[in-house]
Amino acid sequence: MDINNLIGTLVTVVFFITFLGIVWWAYGSSRKARFEEDGKIPFEENDDLPSSNLNGEK
Amino acid sequence: MEATTYNYKIVRQFAIMTVIWGIVGMLVGVIIAAQLIWPALNFELPWLTYGRLRPLHTNAVIFGFGGTAMFTVIYYVVQRTCHVRLFAEKLAAFTFWGWQAIIVLAAVSFILGISTSKEYAELEWPIDLLIAVVWVAFAIVFFGTVIKRKTPHIYVANWFFGAYILTIAILHIVNSAELPIAFFGGSWLKSYSVYPGVQDAMVQWWYGHNAVGFFLTTAFLGMMYYFIPKQAGRPIYSYRLSIVHFWALNFTYMWAGPHHLQYSALPDWAQSLGMVFSLILLAPSWGGMMNGIMTLSGAWHKLRTDPILKFLVTALSFYGMSTFEGPMMSVKTVNALSHFTEWTIGHVHSGALGWVAMISIGSLYYLIPRLFGREEMYSMKLVTTHFWVATIGVVLYIAAMWIAGVAQGLMWRASNPDGTLQYGFAQVLNAMYPFYTIRLLGGLMFFSGMLIMAYNVWKTISVGKAVNDAPIPAPAHAHA
Repeated sequence: MDINNLIGTLVTVVFFITFLGIVWWAYGSSRKARFEEDGKIPFEENDDLPSSNLNGEK
Repeated sequence: MEATTYNYKIVRQFAIMTVIWGIVGMLVGVIIAAQLIWPALNFELPWLTYGRLRPLHTNAVIFGFGGTAMFTVIYYVVQRTCHVRLFAEKLAAFTFWGWQAIIVLAAVSFILGISTSKEYAELEWPIDLLIAVVWVAFAIVFFGTVIKRKTPHIYVANWFFGAYILTIAILHIVNSAELPIAFFGGSWLKSYSVYPGVQDAMVQWWYGHNAVGFFLTTAFLGMMYYFIPKQAGRPIYSYRLSIVHFWALNFTYMWAGPHHLQYSALPDWAQSLGMVFSLILLAPSWGGMMNGIMTLSGAWHKLRTDPILKFLVTALSFYGMSTFEGPMMSVKTVNALSHFTEWTIGHVHSGALGWVAMISIGSLYYLIPRLFGREEMYSMKLVTTHFWVATIGVVLYIAAMWIAGVAQGLMWRASNPDGTLQYGFAQVLNAMYPFYTIRLLGGLMFFSGMLIMAYNVWKTISVGKAVNDAPIPAPAHAHA
């Protein structure tokens, strides 16, 4: 196995393990609530329709 | 002093130009579709020949319409999800004028016959340099805004936007490495790629497929992750799936390019690699589509009455269709039939009209009233009309091209017992005319939808008033 093949193999394995790590991180139960909150970011402020701007915060 | 309002001016400028470039690009598409039926429509003028107008069409719709749409929503969404005014606003204004200049230069140079001939990268080196400068400015504005954000977390849409900006920069710079032949005693307006032979083909389709993957997909998925939740009035179905969706897409898309070079001089293993990664892509693509569609669960009734949501969700359906069709066409045996046929054109338009254009149009109908201080578009009835005209137009277009493509592929490969070809080129072309006509009709319908939109936008603007005081909320969050 020459050095280029070795690098290719290593990169593939490292990327795959990284990806599995991301899946584990995203679906870890201790982060469930946090991600549910993050999903609400687009709703953290008033809508910018003229009618919603009259109502103040939230 | 800290700014208290968002910059909507830049969003408005880009939003209006999106509609205009959409009309221009689709009009040229209609013209070349007609030229395929009536070749005399080039009026024997070199500037109007199919070979010059075709890249004008693709560049105007991808970079003019699609690119301008992305500037519009990115400048809007990044501000509103980071709770901060745009970073480096003068640079943002430069990206507007720079991008418009690029599109105009592209149109002029293609009509004059100045082209590198690399698909979706036909622009010659001076324009390539300008694109690189504008794109770096875009990156500074976007990432600068993300860095100075007031929200602790970077919302998923911005991850998609960031990947789009970063990847397009890399793709454009690598694929546009070219030398003007002036260095060898030729013209300053003609360059050749620095890569030789099959390497050039591979770099070109690494670029070309990722232009689809990152320009026309990743960017517009970012659009989906903001506008579908907002219009449906509920957060994305699964935020955790959106994270996996993002990384899965990024890890796989980069490798799918070789499927454009099946049965070419490219080494066999690279062809198979392209096919395998294209097949894997089905998983993140459909995961993302389901995430968008399921956001509506519990709010399906809104789909009946809300034409904006109709646009957004239909776009996702076309996204699902074309991301199923794409992997299928990358399978070598299918590709042997589909390559070089009208099927490819059908596939591209199911993605470009059905997905990219529809999600952009839906997002613009969401945005325009908000940018001009109105509750909704001037006429929601016309939005519904636009939706149906556009949808029927796409369906006619892609159905015609599917049938045409499969027929074309089968006729090309049909042989007599003695091994000679059963059909000559002209005979196959002759069989195409009915389908070309249906395609022209579908294209005309989609184009007229854009005219309806332009009228509606114009009326909305004339009764509305430009909003420049959209307030930035005070930094108060549920979590830190």
